[in-house]
Amino acid sequence: MRHIISILLENESGALARVANLFTARGYNIESLTVAPTEDLSLSRMTLVTSGSDEIIEQITKQLNKLIDTVKLVDLTEGSHIEREMMMIKLRAERTQREEIKRLVDIFRGKIIDVTDTSYTVELTGAASKLNAFIEAVDEDLIIEVVRTGPSGIGRGAKGLGL
Amino acid sequence: MELSGGEIIVQCLKDEGVEHVFGYPGGAVLHIYDAIFKQKDVKHILVRHEQAAAHAADGYARATGKPGVVLVTSGPGATNVVTGIATAFMDSIPMVVLTGQVPTPVIGSDAFQEVDTVGITRPCVKHNFLVKRLEDLAETIKKAFYIATSGRPGPVVVDIPKDVTDPGIKIPYKYPSKVKMRSYNPVVKGHLGQIKKAVKIMMEAERPVFYTGGGVVLDDAAKPLTELVEKLGFPITQTLMGLGAYPGSGKNFLGMLGMHGTYEANMAMHETDVLIAVGARFDDRVTGHVKQFCPDATIIHIDIDPSSISKNVRVDVPIVGPVKQVLRDMLKVVDESDAQPNKQALKQWWEQIEKWRSMDCMKYDRKSKLIKPQHAVEVLHKVTKGEAYVTSDVGQHQMFAAQFYRFDKPRRWINSGGLGTMGFGLPAAMGVQMAFPKAEVAVVTGESSIQMCIQELATCLQYELPIKIILLNNGYMGMVRQWQEFFYESRYSQSGMSVTPDFVKLTESFGHVGMRVDKTKDLEGAMKEAFSLKDRLVFLDVVVDPSENVYPMIAAGKGHHEMYLSPGSELV
Repeated sequence: MRHIISILLENESGALARVANLFTARGYNIESLTVAPTEDLSLSRMTLVTSGSDEIIEQITKQLNKLIDTVKLVDLTEGSHIEREMMMIKLRAERTQREEIKRLVDIFRGKIIDVTDTSYTVELTGAASKLNAFIEAVDEDLIIEVVRTGPSGIGRGAKGLGL
Repeated sequence: MELSGGEIIVQCLKDEGVEHVFGYPGGAVLHIYDAIFKQKDVKHILVRHEQAAAHAADGYARATGKPGVVLVTSGPGATNVVTGIATAFMDSIPMVVLTGQVPTPVIGSDAFQEVDTVGITRPCVKHNFLVKRLEDLAETIKKAFYIATSGRPGPVVVDIPKDVTDPGIKIPYKYPSKVKMRSYNPVVKGHLGQIKKAVKIMMEAERPVFYTGGGVVLDDAAKPLTELVEKLGFPITQTLMGLGAYPGSGKNFLGMLGMHGTYEANMAMHETDVLIAVGARFDDRVTGHVKQFCPDATIIHIDIDPSSISKNVRVDVPIVGPVKQVLRDMLKVVDESDAQPNKQALKQWWEQIEKWRSMDCMKYDRKSKLIKPQHAVEVLHKVTKGEAYVTSDVGQHQMFAAQFYRFDKPRRWINSGGLGTMGFGLPAAMGVQMAFPKAEVAVVTGESSIQMCIQELATCLQYELPIKIILLNNGYMGMVRQWQEFFYESRYSQSGMSVTPDFVKLTESFGHVGMRVDKTKDLEGAMKEAFSLKDRLVFLDVVVDPSENVYPMIAAGKGHHEMYLSPGSELV
């Protein structure tokens, strides 16, 4: 089962390494990991996507909680939540292709953020499945480069993960 | 009071009540050593290899319950203590390790004796710090002691760059009396509802067993445990790390469990209907094949560390909390409860256990002229009246010591259970003897293990530590040889250790007393003589039967009910 875990971490050097280390040392899967400071600069917010049986996920959350740098943790998969991922994709766009790509970008509600005579760079935000669908929709030969952030997540409703 | 970084470190140790620091100087810690030179309160013990500093601090911590403190230099100083840190980590021993680091401006430049200590030690510490600012030094040390000793204890490394200890830069010093960390709040009390639920199940149990581990020793919970066990009349088995918490000679004790546990302990585990696990972590050497572990049992698990619960074996009633406090609450709930243990069922259960006991699974040839290692441990027990602190290395001798020295008190049995570190015994004994100068301290070791930290004989002379080394010399890495005999058709690949120094002469060259004994009839006399030399280290080289193996034995991948009891025996 895929799980998306959100962690409030002390914004200290080494905190990220501790999380990454834990996953390699204990042989857990890690699909993606995003991290950045929050409005409180002493804290980082990390979103981590992993997968495993219920027992493994239980161990993962316990082991993450055990890290001294972990302030709070929530398994977003347990409740209603929103996930977003951003992708920048550079596509070959020449002559007739230019119109068609533009149309596709509009359908996916993306934005063209850089243009040359022969290429477009497209920005697209959404659930990971939407980004996958866009990649599927584009002719494989046109893709020059794909950069994805990995998902970030937040719980639905008025409550937040704070101190 | 204005102090430099080096002085702050020493002052912090004083304020923390530290009396002994085990260490070895070097370039990056020279400022700190200069501050040590100028005072008398903190005693520094100079080891001969940094690994021994960590083991000695570890032994000190295990015997006293206080955190052990280590001070070493950067680079090789730090890498040499890693084995000792990992040893302490696996057994949850409180330890603070101060390592020197190259000055902050050159960190990352591959400077002389630079190594990424925080990176290297990260997987084997409870936490670690790199102190980049002098202003953070005192608070970081306070945090290190707090983290090391609270919750589930463990080693904490504080890496200190040389410029932070510069004697030319002084700042006002104040040791924080308390430290609070928003990200670290260990549980201080077990959930009463869960405790009541557990007691209800225990009162209804027909074939209950207590299975207790190192957590009971670490939390000094021997008293409430013993009281609870005897009040309920339940049998108890202990792990390698838990020995001594409930007395080895106590009537409810079944012996150690696990790979080399007793027949009665392992069979009771297999047949139990209610298992009460206390401060134990369901290690693979204890459980055998997890699929066959306690097939009929409702499992209650008391542990300070939530991640220990349901890690290897699914638990039915988890109780997260310090074991001492939980056991005390449990006693209270038992006292206030109207329910009583099921006397009739317990009577039948004990009758079954006595049947298993009558197999006499620990028997060995007592008429042998060659000294049997089991006998040597029994003689040690007799000569020391069961009162000694016994440290060990790793292998057959460790198992014989655990099986045959019936520990009646906690903190007397000191061994590397989790990591299985050869070379642990002698330096650990140094730590114990530093803490208790008058106590009898014995190292039960093998000819292979002892050579891994033998240089510490010099440290023992320098600090006049009258340790007694009982070497069970069988000329093999015994446990490796045993596995090769059982599972590799006796192909003894690289496990022979017949080429050793003359240990008597070697010991004498270090300034101690060396003795050798090779006949059963001479053993007790030699052992008595060794312990009569109160102020001398005695190295007793006991030549034992090289063919002896450790029984009972559960082979890897087997369940508790599948044991070999003696040479050539079938599984029972």
